[in-house]
Amino acid sequence: MSGELSSKDLVDMPTALELPSAQPPVKVAPPTVSGAGRQRGDRAGGVLNVFSHGILAVWGLLVTLPLLWAAMSSLKTDREIFTSPWSLPSSLHFQNWSDAWNTANMGRYFLNSAVVVAGSLFGTMLLGAMAAYVLARFEFRGNRFIYYLFVGGMSFPIVLALVPLYFVLQNMEMLNTKHGLILVYIAYSLPFTVFFLTSFFKTLPTSVAEAAMIDGASHTRTFFQVMLPMAKPGLISIGIFNFLGQWNQYMLPYVLNQGEEKDKLLPQGLVELAVSQGYKGNWAVLFSGLLIAMIPVLAVYIIFQRQVQAGLTAGSLK
Amino acid sequence: MRHGKYGFIVGFLALPLAIYAVFVISPFVQAIYYSFTNWSGLSSDLQMVGFDNYRKLLDDDVFWHALRNNLVLLLVLPLVTLGMGLFFAFMLNVGGRRKGAVVSGVRGSSLYKVVYFFPQVLSIAIVALIFQFAYNPNSGALNSFLSGIGLDSVQPNWLGDPSLALWCVMAVMVWSNVGFYVVLFSAAMSTIPRDFYEAALLDGANRFTTFFRITLPLLWDTVQTGWVYMGILALDAFAVVQIMTVGPGGPDYSTEVLTWFVYTKGIRDGQAGYATALGVALLIVTMIFAAIVMRLGRRERLEF
Repeated sequence: MSGELSSKDLVDMPTALELPSAQPPVKVAPPTVSGAGRQRGDRAGGVLNVFSHGILAVWGLLVTLPLLWAAMSSLKTDREIFTSPWSLPSSLHFQNWSDAWNTANMGRYFLNSAVVVAGSLFGTMLLGAMAAYVLARFEFRGNRFIYYLFVGGMSFPIVLALVPLYFVLQNMEMLNTKHGLILVYIAYSLPFTVFFLTSFFKTLPTSVAEAAMIDGASHTRTFFQVMLPMAKPGLISIGIFNFLGQWNQYMLPYVLNQGEEKDKLLPQGLVELAVSQGYKGNWAVLFSGLLIAMIPVLAVYIIFQRQVQAGLTAGSLK
Repeated sequence: MRHGKYGFIVGFLALPLAIYAVFVISPFVQAIYYSFTNWSGLSSDLQMVGFDNYRKLLDDDVFWHALRNNLVLLLVLPLVTLGMGLFFAFMLNVGGRRKGAVVSGVRGSSLYKVVYFFPQVLSIAIVALIFQFAYNPNSGALNSFLSGIGLDSVQPNWLGDPSLALWCVMAVMVWSNVGFYVVLFSAAMSTIPRDFYEAALLDGANRFTTFFRITLPLLWDTVQTGWVYMGILALDAFAVVQIMTVGPGGPDYSTEVLTWFVYTKGIRDGQAGYATALGVALLIVTMIFAAIVMRLGRRERLEF
């Protein structure tokens, strides 16, 4: 530590912004403090807490305000949205919600997204786990090569492949189809999934699998009945990661799914809605559509927030 | 048994590898090949044209606009986002004060983390649409807020103003990503042993010193990873630009980015060969960026 900051100075000038060292440094406050020490701790701590909370709360407000604003706007009339964007709705127009659901095809888009993501998520998890297991647990020629082939995919920008990918799908007649999108989603989710699960499988003990083999289980059976259940925490983390990434994906469907209106996925459909309702000045329906798309994701997130946060940040922590 | 093992390996690897090869590897390889041709993408005839596409690139004003915008994003976005993420994470984890504990998180820190993370789970399409309306110059939330507090004369055109549009886009990207880094850094901070903070406090370190001398060095690995992630996002920006900005690409190409440029050239305008050359240029930018981060970030790894 730098010389000019001696503990004595700090004791002499206990300002609000100091670290909790305002108390005499010789004695770290015991769990139960009494008398003067407590009083001073409370005051300094109080100011400190107000300061931290103040800043934290401002950002909390900045994060929630746009979302609340969208929710509020969904219950207004178009006129109200246009003339007084910040005022509360004069009366609650729940009609907008049903309009968005019925006339704006939201239900349809939801279903499309659900079908694609269900397929791609299942495929990603199964194929990713299979490849990762083999790469983590078996010695064979080319193991490292295949591993780096997969992992290398993480560092290339998708957009480099975008144009040729479009024509690959066109040649295979899979452009604007759900199975085409599913396969593409799987392919582009594999690098990170394989990377993550390979290191996860390596951390699992080998003894259980060996015991299963001795009992006569085949490799395949050992994988499905012994290893997969053991890898459950890792599978959940990477599953959440892939689910959100695939559900919210925008660029791939925008480029590869330009077919009929009714086949669009949810994020595409919302943008479509914004364009069409924007011409009509029908903003309330658009905000309702946004709200309908937001609520399920936020609800699932709030219920499983611990797992979601762990899943999304899993890859970046060692 | 031996045979069984190899059969198993092949059986398990064949399908994932095949899908990966067809949809990821082959387009990448093709991209490099097509970048040397004049392929339109519409028909199958093409000629090798050598480095023509790359030469054309250097003369293309729009390319330079896009590259410039991407570089601004690459410089500003990680700095602001990671900076804010670190600041909030530090506040959450060390900013509180509880009797008996030398360092402690503020009360309700998990609630803050839940809220900050909201934008991260939403589709970027939703986020971009909400902000597009907030930025609306006539009846958007921002301008009516400004007139609400008496600033009737200050009514920026936001996304319609060439000098502001890129900053508007950046603000949205920062807004939606800060929460991720707060959570990421919080998780990393919770692994720092408390004795380190206690020792610093005994030595009389203040909050500022503690952060720069203890927290930041011990988080360096995570910060570096975060920097790479944010850099990749900055080089993308496809969705935000396509959904939010006029054109898309903004007035006077002010929000044109390489990804959107690749799409318009390659698929909309039928210049697939040229677009793939653009893609290769983007790859080069990415690799230079990664090399710089690795180089600058290299320092002794601290074990604790």
